[in-house]
Amino acid sequence: MSTQVPETETETEAETDVEHSEPLAPAQEERMRKKAEARADREERARREAAERADDDEDTYHLKVFRFDPEVEGKQEPRFDDFHVPYEKGMTVLDALIYARDTFDSSLTFRHSCRQAICGSDALFINGRQRLGCKTQLSDLDQPVRVEPLPHADVEKDLVVDMDHFYDQMEAVEPYFDADELPDGELEEQRQTRENREKVKMSTRCIWCGACMSSCNIAAGNNEYLGPAAINKAYRFAMDEREGEDRKQHRLNILEQENGVWRCQTQFSCTEVCPKDIPLTEHIQELKREAVKNNLKFW
Amino acid sequence: MYEHDVIVVGAGGAGLRAAIAAQEEGADVAIVSKLHPVRSHTGAAEGGINAALREGDSWEDHAYDTMKGSDYLGDAPAIETLCKDSPKEVIQLEHWGMAFSREDDGRVSQRPFGGLSFPRTTYAGAETGHQLLHTMYEQLVKRGITVYDEWYVSDLAVTDEERPEDRTCHGVVAYDIQSGELSGFRAKEGVILATGGLGQVFEHTTNAVANTGDGVAMAYRAGVPIEDMEFIQFHPTSLPSTGVLISEGVRGEGGILYNAEGERFMYEYGYASNDGELASRDVVARAELNEVGEGRGIDDEYVHLDMRHLGEERITDRLENILHLAKDFEGVDGLEEPMPVKPGQHYAMGGIETDENGETCVGGLYAAGECACASVHGSNRLGGNALPELIVFGKRAGAHAAGKDLGTAEIETGQRGDYELGELDTPVQPGEVEPAGGEGDAVADGGVAAETGSGDGHDIVERAVVRERERVQSLMEKDDGVQHAEIRSDVQDSMTEHVNVFREEDGLKQALEDIAEARERYQDVFVKDPSRTFNTDLIQTLETRNILDLAEAITLGALARDEFRGAHWRAEHQERRDEEWLKHTMLSWNDGTPELWYKPVLLEGEDKEYEPKIRSY
Repeated sequence: MSTQVPETETETEAETDVEHSEPLAPAQEERMRKKAEARADREERARREAAERADDDEDTYHLKVFRFDPEVEGKQEPRFDDFHVPYEKGMTVLDALIYARDTFDSSLTFRHSCRQAICGSDALFINGRQRLGCKTQLSDLDQPVRVEPLPHADVEKDLVVDMDHFYDQMEAVEPYFDADELPDGELEEQRQTRENREKVKMSTRCIWCGACMSSCNIAAGNNEYLGPAAINKAYRFAMDEREGEDRKQHRLNILEQENGVWRCQTQFSCTEVCPKDIPLTEHIQELKREAVKNNLKFW
Repeated sequence: MYEHDVIVVGAGGAGLRAAIAAQEEGADVAIVSKLHPVRSHTGAAEGGINAALREGDSWEDHAYDTMKGSDYLGDAPAIETLCKDSPKEVIQLEHWGMAFSREDDGRVSQRPFGGLSFPRTTYAGAETGHQLLHTMYEQLVKRGITVYDEWYVSDLAVTDEERPEDRTCHGVVAYDIQSGELSGFRAKEGVILATGGLGQVFEHTTNAVANTGDGVAMAYRAGVPIEDMEFIQFHPTSLPSTGVLISEGVRGEGGILYNAEGERFMYEYGYASNDGELASRDVVARAELNEVGEGRGIDDEYVHLDMRHLGEERITDRLENILHLAKDFEGVDGLEEPMPVKPGQHYAMGGIETDENGETCVGGLYAAGECACASVHGSNRLGGNALPELIVFGKRAGAHAAGKDLGTAEIETGQRGDYELGELDTPVQPGEVEPAGGEGDAVADGGVAAETGSGDGHDIVERAVVRERERVQSLMEKDDGVQHAEIRSDVQDSMTEHVNVFREEDGLKQALEDIAEARERYQDVFVKDPSRTFNTDLIQTLETRNILDLAEAITLGALARDEFRGAHWRAEHQERRDEEWLKHTMLSWNDGTPELWYKPVLLEGEDKEYEPKIRSY
């Protein structure tokens, strides 16, 4: 399969986890069993109806959605569920998932919030490519539409992945403005040229969705690599003329370390999947050049 | 149990600013948020931040515009605080590196916005909120402030004295979405609610799915009065199919609204003969719907917003994000064709009653940002006034909670001083299906407010946890019944049909009946997903309860206020009636039997009285 889920491994770990964590209260166990039965019934019915409708109605979209839950019987082994969703013009993958959840199976789980490509919650692996669910039109996709969690991240449940590693990398590059000097007056601005603002503009567009990191082969093989999003974040500050030379020096030192810019092999996969069109690879390349220039300075 | 000096609920602009301010005052502060901070809906704000920064402008002018925009229902002490503090707070953001758009001289850019007498809207392209949110989160990381992200705060731990004014908040109860752990968070100094908007009460909204008004509903049920809930802003330019916002910045830069006949209707039909497209938002939203109602809409649904004449260079420089939004969410190229737009629910002017320091009438409980009502916006918020509210009042609430002396507030909270009780005929009894005292289900849907008793803070939080655990368990235990999605969407539809831009008495009453019916059905709500891992079924079920309480509060306020003021338009009452209505609509939960009351608006400023005038643009 095309996702990262090493099925057997994940499964075993999950089961072990459940065994070793606090045991479920009997009431909880009983509840889960009864619920599972009731659910199976209802879902079966809903799915049969939808499948029937799909047969005589061309206006549905067929989704195959990845399912996994470490603690629910029947979902501990990753599987794909089929959903047939009535199509409306303009419908996105996120719309279809919401419809499937609200109509067929309320346990279908995915992150989403703003619906407009700014909160960065719903980066998914859709038909083999990292995309934002809210920004991807169903009409642009071949059926069945395969929806999977982001590759190269641990799956928590269904389409939800653990983002902690991504956040850790983002925060490892001292991702905050820290000028060498600030103006004295509390109402006095730091001037910035339009050109310099333009220079960092694209890098500030990052919404932390994690699509780039998930698409990067290097990051997949090396957990320590900062990855494209974090390096782009560092670029945003290193190129900001308001911070000053000392600070820039410090930032280049961070980026030059073993797991910094030099790991990038310019495959452009991050740039290709970025939903905000940030030229990630170019930013990394530019930082490499800065680093070289910087080192030559000291010769 | 977790313990901190100050707990901030929510991690958007107000929450982040509050946390930074509390820490600067020396407090051990933590944020508890159902979303990771960068996912917060502050990030979707586009237009800008009003601040009197330039020669020729003054905080007094900003205050005057805001008071006029509020249709004289904002409280002068709150408005003046906002306008005085905003410049300093905006430059603070600049010092934190926020990537504002720049002028040739390197200073931050400002542009015209609706209802402003000076182009004082400071902006970063058409993505000001994104830049603000990320800049502040960066500063949070720099300071190492603790964030419990993807923890859903489901209740407040408040003592249960008879009068809310005598109660104290000692913390919150939160549910770890990732693990299913329910835990208490004790706050030794204060709890700050910064939970944002409530747009999910409506079907067509610019708000995020997460904007379910949790903080307002929790505070309400804990006894804190909620204020001016009927005042809902419908933004004139949202995309028809999704509700995605098209910034007022488009009109600020010179964008023009046309009807199906190609007429510039804002002028042509006299809706706003002076300011045209840049009239206040309520005025433009009504004009658009009027055009559609008169048969001059496009597809009987929307009007056109045209920015092509601004030219590609200017559009790309200042409004680039709008091109992406129109393309991605409506399939329209804003450089080649006009964009379809219609009004969409955008902002709640009302909310948790606070003073200008962010404090509520319950000791130790604060609110800031959209969930709060100080009141800065009165009956209508001006574009560009929401973001300064976040940073100004977020900071004040954070600092005050951490012990900083901000002086005595001018605004009085709770039923103290000058207030009057109200009366209202409703077709159905609002509030709890089984008001407090009833057993079982009232607990199951979180209806019983403050059965927490007294004792030390620790005990009170502990007891709140027990109560919440019962509630969650009872929702999880049921094997059949109604699902939240059904109830939620019925209420959203009813609100969008009856409590929208145009409001009629019969419709409002119908909405109350629909909500009462939904409350009945909520008694049978159940959570189908048995999992404790990332159970969004459970979270949405809890949120739906909040939507019910707030939908009802909005509608009660709308029915009570028989006048037309700001965003609140009543078919039967077409005039602003100052002799009777220069007062705030207040609702107290009153243990499940909502009580309506009023308190006077404060028009007395620091050194001048704001005189209500005819509001024309």
